[in-house]
Amino acid sequence: MLTFLARRIFIAIPTIILISIFVFGLQHLLPGDPILVMAGEERDPQVIEALREKYRLNDPIPVQYLAWVGNAIQGDLGISLRTQQPVLELIGEKLPVTVQLAVMALIIAMVIGIPAGVISAYKKGTWVDWIANVIALSGLSVPNFWLGIMLILLVSVNLGWLPASGYQPLSEDPLQSIRTMLMPAFVLGTALAATLMRHTRSAMLSVLQSDYVRTARAKGMKENTVLIRHALRNALVPVVTVTTLLFGELLAGAVLTEQIFTIPGFGKLVVDAVFNRDYAVVQGIILCTGVAFIAMNILADAAYRVLNPRMTST
Amino acid sequence: MTFAKYMGAATILALTAGAVQAQDLRIGLQEDPDILDPDQSRTFVGRIVYASLCDKLVDITPDLEIIPMLATGWSWSDDGTVLTMDLRDDVVFHDGTPFNAEAVAANIDRSKNLETSRRKSEVSSIESWSVIDEFTIEMTLAAPDATLIAQFADRSGMMLSPTAFNEAGEDFGLSPVCAGPFSFSERIQQDRIVLEKFEDYYRADEIAFDSVTFLPIPDTTVRLANLRAGDLDMLERLAATDVSSVEADAGLQMESATSLGYQGITINVGNGERAENPLGSNATVRQALSLAIDRGALNQVVFEGAFAPGNQPYSPASPWYNASFPVPERDVDAARALLAEAGFADGVTIEVQVANNPVQTQVMQVIQSMAADAGITIELVAKEFATLLSDQSAGDYTASQVGWSGRVDPDGNIHQFMTTGGGINDSKYSSESMDQLLNDARLSTEPAVRGESYDAAIALQQEAMPIVYLYHPVWIWALADSMQDFTPYPDGMIRLHGVSLSE
Repeated sequence: MLTFLARRIFIAIPTIILISIFVFGLQHLLPGDPILVMAGEERDPQVIEALREKYRLNDPIPVQYLAWVGNAIQGDLGISLRTQQPVLELIGEKLPVTVQLAVMALIIAMVIGIPAGVISAYKKGTWVDWIANVIALSGLSVPNFWLGIMLILLVSVNLGWLPASGYQPLSEDPLQSIRTMLMPAFVLGTALAATLMRHTRSAMLSVLQSDYVRTARAKGMKENTVLIRHALRNALVPVVTVTTLLFGELLAGAVLTEQIFTIPGFGKLVVDAVFNRDYAVVQGIILCTGVAFIAMNILADAAYRVLNPRMTST
Repeated sequence: MTFAKYMGAATILALTAGAVQAQDLRIGLQEDPDILDPDQSRTFVGRIVYASLCDKLVDITPDLEIIPMLATGWSWSDDGTVLTMDLRDDVVFHDGTPFNAEAVAANIDRSKNLETSRRKSEVSSIESWSVIDEFTIEMTLAAPDATLIAQFADRSGMMLSPTAFNEAGEDFGLSPVCAGPFSFSERIQQDRIVLEKFEDYYRADEIAFDSVTFLPIPDTTVRLANLRAGDLDMLERLAATDVSSVEADAGLQMESATSLGYQGITINVGNGERAENPLGSNATVRQALSLAIDRGALNQVVFEGAFAPGNQPYSPASPWYNASFPVPERDVDAARALLAEAGFADGVTIEVQVANNPVQTQVMQVIQSMAADAGITIELVAKEFATLLSDQSAGDYTASQVGWSGRVDPDGNIHQFMTTGGGINDSKYSSESMDQLLNDARLSTEPAVRGESYDAAIALQQEAMPIVYLYHPVWIWALADSMQDFTPYPDGMIRLHGVSLSE
């Protein structure tokens, strides 16, 4: 297992370098000048020049890239052009927020999606399957922003059950923290639940037709044991892959959800940074997200081996 | 402890907790401010936070009269080049540093000389300054500058603790120290800015809140939902389309003030090759475009009548408005006649760039259909704001729908747009007589004398029309019904002196 992990990490290095080049290059291809945005309404030419010098924007792009990578390797991702806060500090501040949102959303998605998938596969073709499918499809089709605003109007404004927006750190007030995150996590989670349900259903359908399930049933095993211990465990392999890939969708979904519920997380940070052409922040975030993605993929591969020990030689 | 005793103790605790419970005011903002350093910041929304954090040398009344704040009074020398200011003697900064003439001198120095200061142009007329005594400062100007006092009513006049900025340098904004009613407590970017009541504030008796929390909530619907749910006490920039629903809500109240700024169409008349088109090279075509627009209908359709139609840099309610040029009625025939006179009887096609947000796009779509009736075909190019700005500045545009947030002094709303080489003159409009008039208006501190210059400048502007003014936004605040004595100001700021929250 260790050599497997070491090899995967080694292979990931060139990918990370490529990501860093892409991030840097694409960012500088964007039209719009960060200094004009920063200089404010007055746009004093003297100030513009001073700012360009300060942020080394007069250097050729390859020189800027090398300087950035050099600093990044030493853990310095630069400072935000907009607020002058160090990017690493910003990421450290925002990451726990989005991770909490993503984890809560993933839990909600799994709690809804996996049982729904199992049940609809088991009851294939009946009204139960049909209802589960309708719910899943509506979860996929309803846009996040619409569902979010509807929930705010219903749950916060009319019923007054949950706060409409904002964020409370988990460490300060766990209960309030979960309360503020519940609606956004639900909004994000329902869309994922639908995808998970569809995948669980199709994996279960093929597994339920396999020989070993028939054998297990023939042995007179309880149906629940057959379903959960024999069928579901094998059906979960593709579901795990989908879940890790969904993590990316989660981050993308978080961008919108965080805007609606005003959660100061990664997604909101990146949107504001792109609009303000806050180069250092955009680069820092995308690099970190890229690394996180690669890490998730490695973890997923490791998880397959735990679920199915026969997958050893790859 | 018996159960009864336990309950008794708990009740007392609960009661005392209620009695000393701090009163926090929660304000919803439309954006997250940039760095909280008045010398380096640029956002409008940042100034809303400063109104509670950093007192200024002078302030304004809702009628835009300039009144003392940290300065108790001021006088000009006869030739208008020496300004003497007397200062309050009972003010300390949040870190205990005393406020005096030395502190003002250090602040002027920072605004002028900090490398990344955004205030340089605002205080450029100050050539030198000297401390006369502990509470008197004298500033010497290269030439008379009537706009200077008004600059001191905004960021240039905000006094920062010299101890703090000498220590923090350019990072001052991460933990700002000023002399306002509230001191900086914490900031979580994009989430909240928390200020706490400053006990040694010289007007502490006017402040009813123990703390104030600013929460940036960009989505207007969500911001209003938060106010309705009781998670906010007030919000700024209510969408005009939500006005009727707030009016109908018994739990909410509303205040408004016409802003000092405007929205308009800036036309490239001399900024590079792209100025060479019927609109850029011919003032008559620009006049035709202006006449084709029904500004009242535009205001009704897009803003439900909540904003103020306009045709000058100053709103019709401003004392600087030139009443000889009222907001024109739409006149399609006259517009067509003007086009024919300019040699375009068959109509013209022009390109207008617009920021890709729903409201500004809607504004331009309404204008597009109005102009079409007069034979002016408008092609809209929607751009994201940062791109729009850099294209406009580089001259890569024909016409651009943009606005200006407005300044207290009339000079701030016209000089840099209309004078040759003006910092934001993206039209690159240039006229010797316009330069002369606007420069002259800076020299006198007499409103009547300045008014004459501005009236003449507006007359010229209406002829040449490098900017077609459309409307003046109205600041709209929605407040919980329990908020008392909030006064709306045309600069859009939230001043908390005297404001309270009834239980």
